Amino acid sequence: MNADRTMLEITALEKRFDQTEVLKNIDLRVREGEMVFVIGPSGSGKSTMLRCCNRLEEPTSGAIMIDGQRITDIPRRDLDRMRLKVGMVFQGFHLYPHMSVVKNVMLAQTKALKRPAAEAEARALEMLDQVGLRHKADAMPNELSGGQQQRVAIARALALDPKVMLFDEPTSALDPELVGSVLKVMKDLRAKGMTMLVVSHEMAFAREAADRVIFMDGGYVVEQGTPDEVFGNPKSDRLKSFLARVLNTDEDAA
Amino acid sequence: MDAFLNTFFNFEIMAQALPLLLKGAFMTLKLCSVVILCGLIGGLGLALAALSPNKLLKWVSVVWIDFFRAFPPLVLLVFVYSGLPFAGIKMSPFMAVVVAFFLNNSAYFAEVFRAGIKSIPRGQSEAARATGLSTAQAMFHVILPQAVRNVLPDLLSNTVEVVKLTSLASVVSLSELLYSANMARSVTYNASPLVLAAGLYLLVLWPLVRVTSRYQRGLAVN
Ligand SMILES: Nc1ncnc2c1ncn2[C@@H]1O[C@H](COP(=O)(O)OP(=O)(O)OP(=O)(O)O)[C@@H](O)[C@H]1O
Ligand SMILES: [Mg+2]
Repeated sequence: MNADRTMLEITALEKRFDQTEVLKNIDLRVREGEMVFVIGPSGSGKSTMLRCCNRLEEPTSGAIMIDGQRITDIPRRDLDRMRLKVGMVFQGFHLYPHMSVVKNVMLAQTKALKRPAAEAEARALEMLDQVGLRHKADAMPNELSGGQQQRVAIARALALDPKVMLFDEPTSALDPELVGSVLKVMKDLRAKGMTMLVVSHEMAFAREAADRVIFMDGGYVVEQGTPDEVFGNPKSDRLKSFLARVLNTDEDAA
Repeated sequence: MDAFLNTFFNFEIMAQALPLLLKGAFMTLKLCSVVILCGLIGGLGLALAALSPNKLLKWVSVVWIDFFRAFPPLVLLVFVYSGLPFAGIKMSPFMAVVVAFFLNNSAYFAEVFRAGIKSIPRGQSEAARATGLSTAQAMFHVILPQAVRNVLPDLLSNTVEVVKLTSLASVVSLSELLYSANMARSVTYNASPLVLAAGLYLLVLWPLVRVTSRYQRGLAVN
């Protein structure tokens, strides 16, 4: 692994929904093996930015490079192949409720990647093992806790051997006592060298585990740096007031 | 009292009429199978078209579905059987019934499928697409299985409607169950064959209705 190699690069990204301009000018770079956190107030466009990275949302203009490929230039009919390289984890898990856990992890492997079923199953079990849920392989999603469901969702994405993982508030829908198990899986992933772009409100975790933190507001990247820089020495007023707000509510919650 | 029993529940006449009625019942079953099978396939196709991002396709299929849901099936049948020959399109009674009820029924099935597909949260298809599944793969492996499960009671009650609907085929002299029973009645001057036919309809439909309402209750509980 080359720590200086850029895995994901967003240049002058702009996204408009009809008249509202959500992303105005986003520049951002994630190196191979880095875990980068994106923070910012609600409505600042964090999810939209993330969803542009696998073209669930169509950028209005700008460029996104992933693993050396300019994914913003890919014609629509070739998007499916590109998406195999970009794993995505959603706030609401979105496991397929009509399939067992192991089938959830196998589906895209067999249908999109065209892996033979036996190989897909072996890979699924390996990934479930990695997130600590091999013993739940035959359970149905609704028999799992939220934290377990989210870990299955992570395994489902990992089974396709993505180059980058995108996380959109992976722990926001979880009861506090279940958050830790998901964060642990993310930390393990980072140790294995996975490149990750994470939108999250888990400030303590960002501070401890992120390589860099990016603060977005009003459709721009306002400030970025190491966790110590961003949390310990915020420069812009907007970041200062944002941190004051979220850290306060964190204390209230505690 | 004896006269009543003799007119409506004459077992001797019922026994005489039974072979004819069973032939009619067989025709009814054949009609139902063809109409339901075609209706399901056509309805699914129409529902997918009605949900397609292509504006023209969507618009055409929505109007099509509304039109054939609003059109009275008996009027449609008479039109197909007796009206279309004026345009040079002549069909056997069987074909006319199949065509008319297919048009009617596929529109109903389409509406059921459409509601089912729309009941599945957007996150499901986004999750599927994000793992590299195509639109069609996401539809068939992720959305449809859940959608069908959600609307199973409606699909079943629509099936019940088709069985009832096929009795209208007697107006174009197709010898299905009702037509055969009515024939037997006019030959025997006795209403017992009609009672027997009613019994045969109930024999098929009652279990279906039971299953449907049981399933509906099951869904409400969950
Ligand atoms: N499909 C859409 N159509 C129109 N507007 C949209 C759409 N998706 C998002 N928006 C708008 O874009 C803005 C940014 O939304 P986005 O979900 O990216 O914010 P976010 O930073 O992820 O917020 P949160 O922290 O609440 O998740 C919001 O004002 C939202 O209303
Ligand atoms: Mg968001």
